Amino acid sequence: MKAKIRKVAVFLEETLSEMGRTVDPPTRRAAAAAVIENPYAGRYVEDLSELMDIGEELGELLTQKAVAALGITANTAESYGKAAAVGENGELEHAAAILHPKLGTPVRRVLGKGAALIPSSKKRGACGLSLDIPLGHKDAAFVRSHFDGMEVRINDAPRANEILVAIAVTDSGRPLPRVGGLTKSQIKGEDGLR
Amino acid sequence: MPEVRVRKKLILLEDIFHEGGPVSAVPQRRGAALAVIHNPFAGAYVENIAEFMEDLKPFGLSMAQSLVAALGGDPRVVEGYGKGAIVGTAGELEHGALWHVPGGYAMRDLLGGAKAIVPSTKKVGAPGTRLDIPITHVNASYVRSHFDAMEVGINDAPGADEILLALVMTTGPRIHARVGGLKASEIKGEDGLR
Repeated sequence: MKAKIRKVAVFLEETLSEMGRTVDPPTRRAAAAAVIENPYAGRYVEDLSELMDIGEELGELLTQKAVAALGITANTAESYGKAAAVGENGELEHAAAILHPKLGTPVRRVLGKGAALIPSSKKRGACGLSLDIPLGHKDAAFVRSHFDGMEVRINDAPRANEILVAIAVTDSGRPLPRVGGLTKSQIKGEDGLR
Repeated sequence: MPEVRVRKKLILLEDIFHEGGPVSAVPQRRGAALAVIHNPFAGAYVENIAEFMEDLKPFGLSMAQSLVAALGGDPRVVEGYGKGAIVGTAGELEHGALWHVPGGYAMRDLLGGAKAIVPSTKKVGAPGTRLDIPITHVNASYVRSHFDAMEVGINDAPGADEILLALVMTTGPRIHARVGGLKASEIKGEDGLR
């Protein structure tokens, strides 16, 4: 692996009730996060290709870990998202290099499909920051029941020379969706939008 | 349906000149409009909540207008956007989903029929909770230079029976964008994706 990983964390959330109402079956989200060394920390580097390759590696690793945490067959995943936080000696663009050029292909390969854009967010900050990973349906971005977000946080990351990279996968949408819009039963799955 | 009761509003502006690399003559500007409103559904499970979206529509438009005004008044400078919501702890994640339609369409209309889906995230949290709002290009979601995010929050909001609503706009790409992908100059502008 090109990535120098210090730690990997996996988060699994199951929501069994909201406002006193039972959620049946429970909605489930998983996120896997890796804390890696930032090879470009402390200096401006024009060519970011090493981080792009690291993104490809982490795309596969973190998706597999999230799917394993959910305990589902990968092709039954419903929504996904990705995010990265760069330590203070790095640059926002380092997060972009990990997330955007190469990370998505292995995510989709593991999940079997994924016509929709993988929603993302990024930031720079200190240890213990929280990262809100946006979530959207993997085959049709406009499925309103699956617009969501998952917060992850690791108390000792990212250190100044590190990057925290996270991928979230779910097997469901929000717990009690009732604001209308496109439903998953209406997905055509051709253009990634509807 | 209940009226929109506003407790406070906040506008945030960031002018970004560089991030360790070449200094840009024109800063990238990120702006956020936040509003803290009463959650009419706090404290109990309410089945029919969707009509509140109608009440939020004119409010969303006024937030979008105030944000464009803060960015100088010309909607044509806006190149990226996003939205999000934090629901106070006596509310439910689904209450945040009420913001999708009014928040999204307000910006798209104001910006002259922007074509791309407005990326979003949401969570439940206590006063002071921070939210990373994802940002993408207003006319083509896949424009890689415009994948961005802005962290927002208010120290005393949302209270348990409140919702913090947020809209975000940017005036250009990340300040040192250099990870390739679809360029803003290559947008076809037909499907909202490319």
